[in-house]
Amino acid sequence: MNKWTRDQMARRVARDIPAGAVVNLGIGLPTLVANHLPAEREVLLHSENGVLGMGPAPPPGQEDYDLINAGKQPVTLVPGGCFFHHADSFAMMRGGHLDVCVLGAFQVSARGDLANWHTGAPDAIPAVGGAMDLAIGAKQTWVMMEHTTRNGDSKIVPQCTYPLTGIACVKRVYTELAVLDIAGDGVRLVEMVEGLDFDALQRVTAVPIWRRER
Amino acid sequence: MNKLIANPREALADVRDGATVMIGGFGTAGQPEELVDALIEQGARDLTIVNNNAGNGDHGLAALLAAGRVRKIICSFPRQADSHHFDRLYRAGKIELELVPQGNLAERIRAAGAGIGAFFTPTGYGTELARGKETREIDGRHYVLEYPIAADFALIKAERGDRWGNLTYRMTARNFGPIMATAARVSVATVHEVVELGALDPEAVVTPGLFVKRVVKVPRKATIGAGFKVA
Repeated sequence: MNKWTRDQMARRVARDIPAGAVVNLGIGLPTLVANHLPAEREVLLHSENGVLGMGPAPPPGQEDYDLINAGKQPVTLVPGGCFFHHADSFAMMRGGHLDVCVLGAFQVSARGDLANWHTGAPDAIPAVGGAMDLAIGAKQTWVMMEHTTRNGDSKIVPQCTYPLTGIACVKRVYTELAVLDIAGDGVRLVEMVEGLDFDALQRVTAVPIWRRER
Repeated sequence: MNKLIANPREALADVRDGATVMIGGFGTAGQPEELVDALIEQGARDLTIVNNNAGNGDHGLAALLAAGRVRKIICSFPRQADSHHFDRLYRAGKIELELVPQGNLAERIRAAGAGIGAFFTPTGYGTELARGKETREIDGRHYVLEYPIAADFALIKAERGDRWGNLTYRMTARNFGPIMATAARVSVATVHEVVELGALDPEAVVTPGLFVKRVVKVPRKATIGAGFKVA
């Protein structure tokens, strides 16, 4: 089956981020999106540990661990960037001041429920961090994830079986196969990998895919 | 008025068994390493700790946990690649965990400092972490009632300070410092530089001195991924 690479996925997400947007990129796959934002497009990156205007990783040897992102990796600050404390940082999210938040996920449901913080396994130690705040705070929450689990099960599901992070909060899903908008009773196809057969996409997606506006 | 204290040990001499202690920091940025070491040396037991994480590696908060001095931890992200001391205690049932979404944690701390009795937040609504909590629909949106978290002590790491307790921070090391300073009966801040009154730009003071009880100067260290080193 044709599929996008992780970088192609990141480039596809980046294409949808407009100039002037304030964006939070979650840990993991979404972090790659920063590498594909064209330099001439002014986008402000927010990190929940208290930085707006985050720049790329510093050159080796110039890391300063007082300047890190939410994944605790060293970053830089662009001119005009600023720092603030945690309550202000989460006010930016919860208060709806971020335009876009891109998150990883275990599962997304047809109505946009998100599960991305806990597998619910009995021996797992739960850790939530800022996931729940991010999920419900931004004007738009997008998910970037593999289309299926390692076992081939669809990660887009009628109802999440993993513990929820937020209810009806996801607007759009980017996978290695397609870009899909949450439609309530299914998902709406925005775009799919070139050469991919629609029926093949539907077979690995556990909810109905609508091909056009109804 | 002089809030300068000679060393971390003196600054924490009166922490009692059973105290609630906030510790600033996100990763190693803003972690008041010298104060945590002093708390370990000081010996208070049965502590409730408020921190974003539950200790990394074998130093700082992880060492306090390993020493068996913490009864309960209130945090948002305990599980990490190097949180082995917490993991062991948690699996053995030797430490209580109150898991709080990070923004709710910050806001509960802020609320305590601001005299707010409780607040409705949309974060966590409909999830396991809101189970059993009061909820309310306001203007068509669902909220969960959350209560403040106050502390006996807050241990925070700042950058510069003066004898009145005015503080500035360094980059993302600011994180929980300013809100924790407001939420504790006794807030203790380390600084790398003590300056004369008036030397901090009044427009740029981040934590006004009235929130701070004690200021301790510690040597400047560079924060690195795995901990700290002398610059």
